[in-house]
Amino acid sequence: MTESPTPDRTARRPVRLARVDWSEITVTVFALLLAFVIGAVLMVIADTEVQQKFTYFFARPGDALTASVDKISTSYGALFRGAFGGIGPITNTMAQSAPLICAGLGVGLAFRAGLFNIGGQGQAIMGAMFGALVGFKLTGLPLVVHLPLAILAGVVAGGIWGGFVGFLKARTGAHEVIVTIMMNYIAGGLLSFALTQALFRRPDRADPIAPVVAWNATFPRIAGTQLHLGFLLALVAAFVVWLVIERTSLGFRIRAVGSNPSASATAGMSVANTTMVTMALSGALAGLAGVQVALGPMSGATPTPLTAGLVGTIGFDAITVALLGRSRPLGTVFAGLLFGALHAGGLVMQGTGTPKELTTVLQALVVMFVATPMLVRTLLPFLRARRARRAVPAVASSGGLA
Amino acid sequence: MSNPRLPRPDEVPGDVPAPDRDSTPPQIVTPQQAPQEMTVTSVLNEPTADAPTDQIAAAQEVHLATTESRENRTARLSTGVLLALMGLVLLRLIFATHGKATFALSDALVPQAERLPDIVLPGVPLVVVATVVMLAAALAFLFGRRLPGWVRGVAGAGAATALVIGFITWAAAGRPLPFQVSNQLAGTLVFATPLVFGALAGVLCERSGVVNVAIEGQMLTAAFTATLVGAVTKSVTAMLVGAVLAGVLMAAVLALFTIKYIVDQVVIGVVINLFASGLTAFLFKAIMAPKPQLNEAPLMERIPIPVLSDIPFLGEVLFRQTWLVYLAFVSVAVVSFLLYRTKWGLRVRAVGEHPQAADTVGISVTATRWSAVLVGGVFAGLGGAFFPASTGLFNDDITVGNGFIALAAVIMGRWKPILAACMALFFGFLQQLGSQVQTLGTPINSQWLILLPYFATIIAVAGLVGRVRAPASDGIPYVKA
Repeated sequence: MTESPTPDRTARRPVRLARVDWSEITVTVFALLLAFVIGAVLMVIADTEVQQKFTYFFARPGDALTASVDKISTSYGALFRGAFGGIGPITNTMAQSAPLICAGLGVGLAFRAGLFNIGGQGQAIMGAMFGALVGFKLTGLPLVVHLPLAILAGVVAGGIWGGFVGFLKARTGAHEVIVTIMMNYIAGGLLSFALTQALFRRPDRADPIAPVVAWNATFPRIAGTQLHLGFLLALVAAFVVWLVIERTSLGFRIRAVGSNPSASATAGMSVANTTMVTMALSGALAGLAGVQVALGPMSGATPTPLTAGLVGTIGFDAITVALLGRSRPLGTVFAGLLFGALHAGGLVMQGTGTPKELTTVLQALVVMFVATPMLVRTLLPFLRARRARRAVPAVASSGGLA
Repeated sequence: MSNPRLPRPDEVPGDVPAPDRDSTPPQIVTPQQAPQEMTVTSVLNEPTADAPTDQIAAAQEVHLATTESRENRTARLSTGVLLALMGLVLLRLIFATHGKATFALSDALVPQAERLPDIVLPGVPLVVVATVVMLAAALAFLFGRRLPGWVRGVAGAGAATALVIGFITWAAAGRPLPFQVSNQLAGTLVFATPLVFGALAGVLCERSGVVNVAIEGQMLTAAFTATLVGAVTKSVTAMLVGAVLAGVLMAAVLALFTIKYIVDQVVIGVVINLFASGLTAFLFKAIMAPKPQLNEAPLMERIPIPVLSDIPFLGEVLFRQTWLVYLAFVSVAVVSFLLYRTKWGLRVRAVGEHPQAADTVGISVTATRWSAVLVGGVFAGLGGAFFPASTGLFNDDITVGNGFIALAAVIMGRWKPILAACMALFFGFLQQLGSQVQTLGTPINSQWLILLPYFATIIAVAGLVGRVRAPASDGIPYVKA
């Protein structure tokens, strides 16, 4: 019992899982709690009925408080039921999270190379467009040919859309943030334009909507639930991204360029090529997210036909997913599941009179707090007792917009 | 002899990383630098090392005149190719142009007696002239290696004018309606107003070293607040005050996270945008949807300036606008004065370039950055107020990407207020052109015209930004040692 504790500790260390950082997890949990508290405050402030009760708060404080608690519990109750209340909602959450995970992996991969891909939106739109095109234009192909072909079309389209940005960045130094933002608008415009053309428009409809995707290009699902092939694909994508980043020389180059481009160039790596390849891969993953939306049955058995708003805001949500997941594949999967749950629950919550946009606010707040562990510790002083760890920056580098 | 830095054989242009601000100081290759290096090399390689000095000097001069740096060459050739492509497009438009093009100098609403005469020009010859000018400019760039710099400047300006005139002529030729020149220019000012305000917000932030991707979110929040305040008070002044407060509040959030908590600036900017879009959409549905009377902002009146508005043509374009438009252009002068002529402005620029040096002489980096970001918020707020003030109501995502275009204007304007405002005018011109050409009923699909500013931004960013330099500490948080 007299021996020094030091050798013991070093001996025990390898047993611990290398990557689990409890400080990060506590901060994430409390960030989530804080976000929900602020969301609740917003809900109460914005509700007219509760507002009226607050006008006579000092006469009968009970009324106002009961109404507030009612409002909050109804909304969050619906949110929770819509996300986890039974097998239907849970598979719904999985279906909603699948595209978020894919696009989040893409954004995260770019982060690892020090690139900020805000263009997930445009890349997902291109993926959805071409995935759907192959899905409804080709007919009579068997499932094993048609489905992979449609997925491939979307992934390649997203990859080209992202790779072009990488090309511009590598060749001219154009900042990827500006270029991807513009490419998002161009992709959106391209989709609106395409939907007015004979190639995409449904012949029997006047409004811009594409035909329903062929059955053989639809993601197979477990009957009665929303659990379809897409979620499996998302998990496979996460594993592949992990494999690429941690176990291949390309992944090493990506991480090296992300942490110090000059040193990487000195070491003989081609920063330009790595930038292009990373952006193309990132775009391909976002394209896969688009394919998920276009070919995956989000409700019922058939996928929603392609419209201008089909992709929603997946590309922007993906940024928050990647930030919350700290650009690591496993973290991205969990973050995607969380935000997928918010999406799935948000639709149910909308039914109780609380707009589903509240989930966007929650999402932004969570990421804001997670990115600022210092702020969480200031707001919740009791967390400070724990050992303050240096926060891991989610983004390897970004710097000025030049 | 000092060791000249010789270009290594492995330095292929594609493999040189784009100067990345946070890791290396930017390598600014001035046009003179690169040729000189090469001259030194060639002089060293001269077999007769003991040649007279004047011979070496002569050799040096010849080399200085004939050697072009790789970077300049790429820029020149790519510009040339771009102009040639546009020339080919104009060439194609010649065959699609029919009849005469009418240009109206006065607005259709102006009474007949005061109206300026319409200008009627034959369409095809005008497009032919535009094409010739464009192709000549392309040749000047492609083969004019030895042309002096001003010739290229003239060629570039001529090409831009030729493109605009050629395009408008093609769009207007043979149409029943004239192309409204005064309307085009007046509308340019209107569309440019939020962009100018947004760009000023961006310039102020970024000159102090804080990257502002959140202009869009600041403007959106301000637009919502302006609508709500305007609907309740029915006063334009209160509306502007509300918008400014909202803009400053969002700027304070940006400052808090970037300056105090040192979060990655682009990341927090994106998150603020998301937060603003979620918050305004939520409040819009929760507050305004059940009570439509809360979504009725007072419209801003056009105010003709007494004497100036009677000037033919110019008066109509410049001096019959709303207060906000006048304010935008006064603001450009104000920001320019603040940045370049006041102590505060000098401090802001110092803090953005070299915070350590500024700190050493006793300037508080934190306070200066905070003040710059907050003042920027004032302008972002005014830019946000433009939307409800011109449409009278709030909508989901009413700013439709204007904040991002303003950001592009900041970068293309090289972080200078006046130049950034000019870029904002350029984008405003494109937006107004899109809506004008649409009313003419051209065969081109309106979807493409709406996308013009975005294409222009990519071309400009890819073509220009390699040669512009951000404030040295833009995006780098300052942590006092």
